[in-house]
Amino acid sequence: MDVDKDERRPTLDAFTKRTGIRVKYTEDINDNNEFFGKIKPQLAAGQDTGRDLICVTDWLAARLIRFGWVQKLDPAQLPHAYANLSAQFRSPDWDPGRAYSYPWTGISTVIAYNKKATDGEKITSVSQLLDEPKLKGRVGFLSEMRDSMGMVLLDLGKDPAKFTDDDFDAAVARLQKAVDRKQIRRFTGNDYTADLDKGDLAACVAWAGDVVQLKLSNPDIEFAIPDSGYLTSTDNLLVPNKARHKRNAERLIDYYYEPGPAARLAAYINYVCPVDGVRDELAKIDPKAAANPLIIPDKAMAAKSHAFRSLTPKEEAAYEGKFAKLTGS
Amino acid sequence: MSTLTKPPAPAEEAPPPAKPRKRGRLVPYWLLLPGILWLLVFFALPLIYQASTSVQTGSLEEGYKVTWHFATYWDALGDYWPQFLRSVIYAGAATILCLLLGYPLAYLIAFRAGRWRNLILVLVIAPFFTSFLIRTLAWKTILADGGPVVGALNNLHLLDVTNWLGATDGDRVLATPLAVVCGLTYNFLPFMILPLYTSLERIDGRLHEAAGDLYARPSTTFRKVTFPLSMPGVVSGTLLTFIPAAGDYVNADLLGSTDTRMVGNVIQTQFLRILDYPTAAALSFILMAAILFMVTFYIRKSGTEDLV
Repeated sequence: MDVDKDERRPTLDAFTKRTGIRVKYTEDINDNNEFFGKIKPQLAAGQDTGRDLICVTDWLAARLIRFGWVQKLDPAQLPHAYANLSAQFRSPDWDPGRAYSYPWTGISTVIAYNKKATDGEKITSVSQLLDEPKLKGRVGFLSEMRDSMGMVLLDLGKDPAKFTDDDFDAAVARLQKAVDRKQIRRFTGNDYTADLDKGDLAACVAWAGDVVQLKLSNPDIEFAIPDSGYLTSTDNLLVPNKARHKRNAERLIDYYYEPGPAARLAAYINYVCPVDGVRDELAKIDPKAAANPLIIPDKAMAAKSHAFRSLTPKEEAAYEGKFAKLTGS
Repeated sequence: MSTLTKPPAPAEEAPPPAKPRKRGRLVPYWLLLPGILWLLVFFALPLIYQASTSVQTGSLEEGYKVTWHFATYWDALGDYWPQFLRSVIYAGAATILCLLLGYPLAYLIAFRAGRWRNLILVLVIAPFFTSFLIRTLAWKTILADGGPVVGALNNLHLLDVTNWLGATDGDRVLATPLAVVCGLTYNFLPFMILPLYTSLERIDGRLHEAAGDLYARPSTTFRKVTFPLSMPGVVSGTLLTFIPAAGDYVNADLLGSTDTRMVGNVIQTQFLRILDYPTAAALSFILMAAILFMVTFYIRKSGTEDLV
C-alpha cells in the first residue's frame, strides 16, 4: 500500500473521497502461515473474521478456496478488473477465470547478488548458486518452499507448473547436496535483504520487489533472470465468508484496476503490476519504474515466467515435510 | 498457607460473631480466585487441549479426531532427537556463559557499586526497552562477516579454536552454533543477573569481615561464605535462563543455519508449515517433560529449598 510523507495513503484516500466508503487498512499479515493460523478458527467455525478483504499469497488463496472459506466475486461489479488484468495472471489452476480472487501484486522470484561480495562476478543461474566454490557459505535460499524448490526445479529443466514427485525429490536431493557442502548459508524470510546489503550473503534467491528497493540505496545490488526461467506468484485479494461489506470490497478491488490508481500503487510498492495499460500512467509519475522489467515485465521477461502448480493437501504436507527436513527442522 | 486460613484464637467468654469470622476465613481464597481463574483459563485448559491434540490423528481436510495415537510421541522423538539434544546443549552453554558473565557483575553491583548501584541495575534492564527481535537482529550487525568483531577474533586466531570445537565454520561467526549461543546468552543474561544480585545483596557484609578476622583469604571467603550463600540466586538464575533458552527459536532462526535448528524451530515448522498439529503438540509436551525432569533433578542435586 502506498504511503506518502504525511503517513496518509493517497490512493486509498482518493477512493474514500470518490465513493464515500471508508477503508480500515491493517497490516496484520506478517507471514501467510501465521495469518492462516490466526483466521482458521473463525473461518472453520463459520464466523465473521472482521475482515471484508484479505490479501494472501496464491497457495494460501488456493487453500482458502478449496475449503470454501471465501466468497465468489460478482464479475458485474468488477468491470475494470475484468478488462485490465494481465493475461499472465488470468487463469491460475487454483482459481480458473478468477472467480474468487484478483491479484493485488505479482511477485517475481529471481536471483540477486551483491557485486562487491562476488568480486564483480555475475551470478546468473541457480546452478552457480548451488555449485560455485567462490560463493561457499554465502548463498541464501528462501524459506518459502515454493520459491526455493521452484527455482531449483527450473534449473533442472523441469516445469514447476507440471512436475512429478520424482522431479521434486531430485530437486530436494540437489539442494540437499549444497546444504551438506555448506554452500548454503541460510534459508531466510524477508530478513535476507539486510544480509545481502551487507554482503554476508553474496548471492541469493530473492523477491524482485525487494531487489528494486535495495538497488535504490545500494548500487552494488544486481538481479538476474536465469535462462532456465523464474517463478511468478501473486498476492491476491479475497473476500472471506461472512464478510459484512462484500459489495464495497469489490468496488475497492475494481478501483485498483483502473490505470491511475494502479500506477500510483506500482510506483510506490515496486512489485510486479498485474494491471495492463499502466505503463503510460506510471511513466508520468516515475519513468524509471515504468522502464523496469521487474515492475512492468517486458515480453522477453514474461516469456520466462513460470507458476508453481497448486498442490493437493497430501502433496502439500509431504513437500513441506521434505523441505523442512532440508532446512534443518 | 495453613497459618493464613486458621481462624484467630477465640476469646474466652464471648465467641465472636459468626459472620465476620466466616468471611475472614474465606478472604484468602477470594484473593486467590483471580489468579486461579487465570491459571485455569490460560494454562490448564490450553494444556488439556494440547494433550488431546497430541493424541489425535487426521488431516486439516477431514478434521482431527482423538484416537489415542501415542505413537506420535515416539515418532516425534525418533525424528527430532538431534534438535532436542541441540536445544539442551545450546541452552546449557548459554546458561553457563550467563553465569560466568553475570556473577561478577552481580557481585560488583551488590558489594562494590556504591552509589552507582541503581544506575548499573537500570543498565542491566535497559535492553528490555527494545524488542527481543530487534535485539537479536542487532547481533547480525555486530557479528557481520566483515565486521570488527569477526576480524578481531580472526586476528587473535580465536576462530581456529572455535572451529576446532565445531562451534564455528571457516572465518565467520554468523550462521554458526556460536552465534546462536551468543544470542541466547545476551538475550537471557538479565534473567541471570537479577536473581544473583538479590541473593548476593542479602548477604550480611559482616560475614566477610568475620571471615577475614578468622584469617580466611579472599578466595576462601568467596568459596566458603559468599558462594554458598548465593546458591539460591544461582539456582533460580540458571533456571530462569535455561528454561526459556531451551524453548527459544528466534535466535536459532535469525543467527543460525540449517544445522543449528532447535526444537522450537521444529515445533514452529510442524505447526505452521506442515500443519501437523499432533506432532507439534507432542513435541511441546516432550520438551516440557524433559525440562521438568531436568529441573527437578537439578534442584534436588543443588539442595536448595529457597529459590529466591
